[in-house]
Amino acid sequence: MKGMTIIVKTISSWVKVLIFLFGIYIILFGHLTPGGGFAGGVILASSYVLVMLAFGREFVEKNLSLPVASKLDCVGALLFILIAILGLVFGGVFFVNFLYQKYLPGQALNLISAGTIPLSNIAIGLKVGASLFLVIFVLSTFKGAPSAEKGVWDSSRFSRNSKIDPEVTETDSLGKEE
Amino acid sequence: MPYALCFLLFVIGLYCAVVKKNMVKIVIGILIMEYATNLFLIMLGYRTGGIAPIVGKADVAGFEAQVSEMFVNSCVDPLPQALVLTAIVISLGSLALMISICIRTYERYGTFDITQIRRLKG
Amino acid sequence: MSLPLPIFVAIPLTTAFVLPVFSRRYKAVATVLANLATVSLVVLAISSLGSNEVYEIGKWSIPLGINLVLDGLSSLLLLAVAVVSAAAMLFSARYMEQYTAKPKYLCLFLLMVAGMNGVVLSGDIFNLFVFLEIASIASYALVGFGCEHEELEASFKYMVLGSIASMFVLFGIALVYGNTGSLNMAYISRAIERNGLSAGLSFALALFIVGFGLKAALVPFHAWLPDAHPSAPAPISAMLSGVLIKALGVYAIARVVFNVFGVTIQIGWILIVLGILSMVAGAFLAIGQWDFKRLLAYSSISQLGYVVLGIGLGGLIIARAGSDISAEQLSWASLCFLGGLFHLVNHAVYKSLLFLTSGSVEMSTGTRDLRQMGGLAGRLPFTRATCTVASASIVGIPPFSGFWSKLILVIAAVLSGFYWVAAVIVFVSLCTLIMYLKVQRYAFMGELPENLQAVKENKGSMLISMVFLACLCVLMGLLVIMPSLRAEILEPAVKVLTDGIEYSGNIIKMANM
Repeated sequence: MKGMTIIVKTISSWVKVLIFLFGIYIILFGHLTPGGGFAGGVILASSYVLVMLAFGREFVEKNLSLPVASKLDCVGALLFILIAILGLVFGGVFFVNFLYQKYLPGQALNLISAGTIPLSNIAIGLKVGASLFLVIFVLSTFKGAPSAEKGVWDSSRFSRNSKIDPEVTETDSLGKEE
Repeated sequence: MPYALCFLLFVIGLYCAVVKKNMVKIVIGILIMEYATNLFLIMLGYRTGGIAPIVGKADVAGFEAQVSEMFVNSCVDPLPQALVLTAIVISLGSLALMISICIRTYERYGTFDITQIRRLKG
Repeated sequence: MSLPLPIFVAIPLTTAFVLPVFSRRYKAVATVLANLATVSLVVLAISSLGSNEVYEIGKWSIPLGINLVLDGLSSLLLLAVAVVSAAAMLFSARYMEQYTAKPKYLCLFLLMVAGMNGVVLSGDIFNLFVFLEIASIASYALVGFGCEHEELEASFKYMVLGSIASMFVLFGIALVYGNTGSLNMAYISRAIERNGLSAGLSFALALFIVGFGLKAALVPFHAWLPDAHPSAPAPISAMLSGVLIKALGVYAIARVVFNVFGVTIQIGWILIVLGILSMVAGAFLAIGQWDFKRLLAYSSISQLGYVVLGIGLGGLIIARAGSDISAEQLSWASLCFLGGLFHLVNHAVYKSLLFLTSGSVEMSTGTRDLRQMGGLAGRLPFTRATCTVASASIVGIPPFSGFWSKLILVIAAVLSGFYWVAAVIVFVSLCTLIMYLKVQRYAFMGELPENLQAVKENKGSMLISMVFLACLCVLMGLLVIMPSLRAEILEPAVKVLTDGIEYSGNIIKMANM
């Protein structure tokens, strides 16, 4: 996948910051306006998709890192479960909105209100953004070429070929769960 | 009447998933079925002449910041909207997995045609 | 004792998200963590036996919020899932060394266990759908884990059919919400009792039976199972065949048909017909197979037919008797349910043991074709012994656990007057005997071919898990013979099914206490 012209590259490197900011706005105001964690996460991922489309495959493989996104994904999910368990510790029941009921009620319809819901939105936004970025990154930079065995009957039909090609597995993110 | 059209869309998606021979077209058929189901769920919550269930400053009345009666009586049911949001996220995960298996199968077999990918028999 | 119920879902979920952080160098740490998680689930499941509880998440009271319900049927299935997943995880500590990307495998495995626990514990019909999807998507990825030709084809076929089934279930849930106005299973059943079954609700029930029946691999909908189970790695085949088709398929059908909609004569007959078709078709198709794991997969279809037959027969007896059911008919129905549910738990243990032994054979010899094996009895003594125990159990030879569940089913069928059903059960047991004699003859007896002279026994964790499951096969007969164990583990589950629609009253009473 080659990159595009220099006009597109320049403009997209300015616009990607705005898209990222818009995604953060949708996540943070998720308890007041429509959107919330999932929609904001998708917008965050789409700013990276813009970079991928404008700059091409080689640039993206060199400069955007896969392990960091994978670890951010896990951190997002663990943060969400941590909020649920803190509800158990402080409030007595799993997932209870302990910030709203005891510590920090805030005023209705302001940014700081509704307890743990904005924190859950941030955790989900982080996870969804990282997951979608990983999925689109891996699927678009996959080095897939049809193998030469098409049409040849595999004589070892039942025997297990247990060693997999190491270079094919490096880019494997089969079934990355949300 | 709109519910019957939703069901028609569901059946079209089912036909596409069952009859077509290209793997990507089968995946698109499943996607059409998911759209039809989500559409059906959202239409269930509709109330004639209703407003969107978003609480603004004008809808909060009273001393304790409770939502006003008029808002509750005229807004559309928000529960199916939450259900559909969850269903869309689930179908996104499932779609990502299906597409990655299609890509891997193309790498191994060299074709997207399911009549050529028939090593398992019996 | 009152456990916070979400812990059954939170423990595997948390461990699953901690694991991908470990790269390939720290595989051992990841494996130890995963095994700790599954063993702790076994301990928690044993400690939750015998308690009935309703847990409201977030302190939102019942029709507004989501609740988790633990009753007899749920605790039986939780125990089965925990035991089989602990054994399979222990087996895969050594077996999955053949594959790269082991921490990702462990992550997906724990997500599947979390999904199954959620399905079994859920008290809300949409929550059941979400956890069903989590477990299904994790299993689609695990079936195609090795990325060879057959595995990708099998995974694609499984995924397409499974997604269509999930869409049917979601459409059914939408119809139920539109007609009753609530998503909580107790409130739905109360609304159905009050207003009767409208056309939309009957269609929703049909959609549920088709959707969950496809997940359970009942016979008109079984086409994915003979391809998916052989192609998966052996511990995943054990999990799929042992607990996934039961927790997602049979449990969901039982919960929806008995506790939410109420069983009627037509539904009872539909379940009996599906059960008999599965038993007979699975047995006939299995006898002609030469691939070891494909034979075991068809045998799974056949054995699951027994379970659905038992449940359907009990439901038919209850539905025929109506509201004034005599004590004798109630005891016949309880016996049918006892046979069906005990067969479910038995099959989980011995079918997973059979798949694990086939994985051990495959790892030693490198092939699954029965015609290329022979005389392995001398080289793989432990594998041969555990495979013989499991085969004797599934065929129904007296001291092992399979004999008791088949005996209960035959007695229940004869007592309630369905003599032809009892004849079919005995006939299919004979076919099961034929297919397992074939396995024993071709794989273990006979003479050792030239290219397999150098095979050795597999040691380590694979051995421990196989011996553990074989001991369970022998001891599980005690579950039904000793009255104290039976009253604690099996009878509450049977009571849930015979109570039927009173489930809603029980739940609302427990929640308001």
